[in-house]
Amino acid sequence: MKILVTVKRVLDSNVKVHVNADGSGVDLANVKMSMNPFDEIAVEEAVRLKEAGVATEVVAVSCGIAKCQETLRTALAIGADRAVLVETDVELQPLAVARLVKALVEKEQPGIVLCGKQAIDDDANQTGQMLAALMGWAQATFASKVVVADDTATVTREIDGGLETLELKLPVVVTTDLRLNEPRYATLPNIMKAKKKPLDTLTPESLGVDVTPRLETLAVTEPLKRIAGIRVADVRQLVDKLKNEAKVI
Amino acid sequence: MAILVIAEHDQLSVKGATLNTITAAKQLGGDVHVLVAGSGCAPAAQAAAQIDGIAKVRVADAAHYVDQTAENIAALVIANAGGYSHILAPATTFGKNMLPRVAALLDVAQISDIVAVKSADTFVRPIYAGNALATVRSHDAVKVITVRTTGFDPAGQGGVATVESLPAGPDLGLSKVTGRELTKSARPELGDAKIIVSGGRGLANGENYHRLLDPLADKLGAALGASRAAVDAGFVPNDYQVGQTGKIVAPDLYIAVGISGAIQHLAGMKDSKVIVAINKDGDAPIFQVADYGLVADLFEALPELCDLLD
Repeated sequence: MKILVTVKRVLDSNVKVHVNADGSGVDLANVKMSMNPFDEIAVEEAVRLKEAGVATEVVAVSCGIAKCQETLRTALAIGADRAVLVETDVELQPLAVARLVKALVEKEQPGIVLCGKQAIDDDANQTGQMLAALMGWAQATFASKVVVADDTATVTREIDGGLETLELKLPVVVTTDLRLNEPRYATLPNIMKAKKKPLDTLTPESLGVDVTPRLETLAVTEPLKRIAGIRVADVRQLVDKLKNEAKVI
Repeated sequence: MAILVIAEHDQLSVKGATLNTITAAKQLGGDVHVLVAGSGCAPAAQAAAQIDGIAKVRVADAAHYVDQTAENIAALVIANAGGYSHILAPATTFGKNMLPRVAALLDVAQISDIVAVKSADTFVRPIYAGNALATVRSHDAVKVITVRTTGFDPAGQGGVATVESLPAGPDLGLSKVTGRELTKSARPELGDAKIIVSGGRGLANGENYHRLLDPLADKLGAALGASRAAVDAGFVPNDYQVGQTGKIVAPDLYIAVGISGAIQHLAGMKDSKVIVAINKDGDAPIFQVADYGLVADLFEALPELCDLLD
């Protein structure tokens, strides 16, 4: 069985976010970009499923500008076998990405598609679910454990209030939550090897997918800053403030 | 045009997040309808009918809606989407799981996690873990929206909506819930609590977490929360996590104990009305958002705090 895993190039999670003064967006010029952390977990899970003998091939997919090749090389260094980039300079929104990945799924026929549950830039949390709907497939979002046997996936999901276990018939879309695994570091030999692995480039046009954005961003602004309050000297003063000043207890 | 809100419920009552979603729906202009899909969910439908400002409650009651799986609920919503200009659900794990399927099947964008309604087609939503706010306009015929509950007050009671039954859709049979381990607690739920006592790595282990925080939460009638570090270290289950990747909360009072205040955590609680930080490291970032900061050893401060609340 083949596994397809989606990866997105985003602002590195350790970089401080700066909003452009003209309200046009977040400053992405000359800052470190990395693979979306939830997608890293997805790649790791795909590679583990291959190592466990469940999957025979792991195909990493990214959609976006030419530089997304770097993100795909990272996926190949973690252990994906080959990569596909759908290259475009158009701003891609989740529905467009879901449509592009659907076109690839129809070509590649994977048994499982693994996606990060959300990207840490737009925080949309949509693409995996949209893909599953467009394919008419089952979905297991926010996964913290994935077990695959025969043609069934058993997935534990993180939900409000606890955990839920789902049984799903393959093919299936799984989106990853934080506690699914801890991604390995790519070793230098594997980074070198990744450079030689196949990476194909397609375009939305060649896949026949319209990627025109549906949402127009009118402005991006900084949230109101919270101002630090006071330091209290001791517990007694804290209780006094909460009772008599803030009046919350 | 009317507006459809997909209720999150437990068959007997409507979950709190639904009430905030209804408030957002009412700001759009138009009759608000509520869809209750479940099994044996008549009590939840009756409860929904009493929410202020609802014109109609539509109920689909069938065995295959008992677990409210995304595949079956989304298909039901699509079958009944005609005539609606907006379809909303709370941005809880229920809404986030199900609603993107509805958007995709309607061939429209979803607007995730809105915190404000500017007009019927323009909304404000946080991006980059709340480090920026985007104002976005939808050009789609139907607006499919998840609502961040902290952005809207809960709708009140006193409504007298009509309740109508809908025919159930087919069971797609794609997925099946085989188990749920829900944290049992007599305390309020994190999303609904007026006061939250939250613990971090500073508590060192799960035993300390409960020994020090449980009595304080009991005295204040508070919910218990935790930082990602505390959850990852196994002090408490994952559903305690407050933060960008856990629960987003905005209680009247948030007491952060032994939490340093990683950006990830701040994104989940910085809209709280009053924030208290207790931490022995005076340079911890949590103090930059705290209204009242106490630099102290929490192992001494917490028992003293409990005593003074008697």
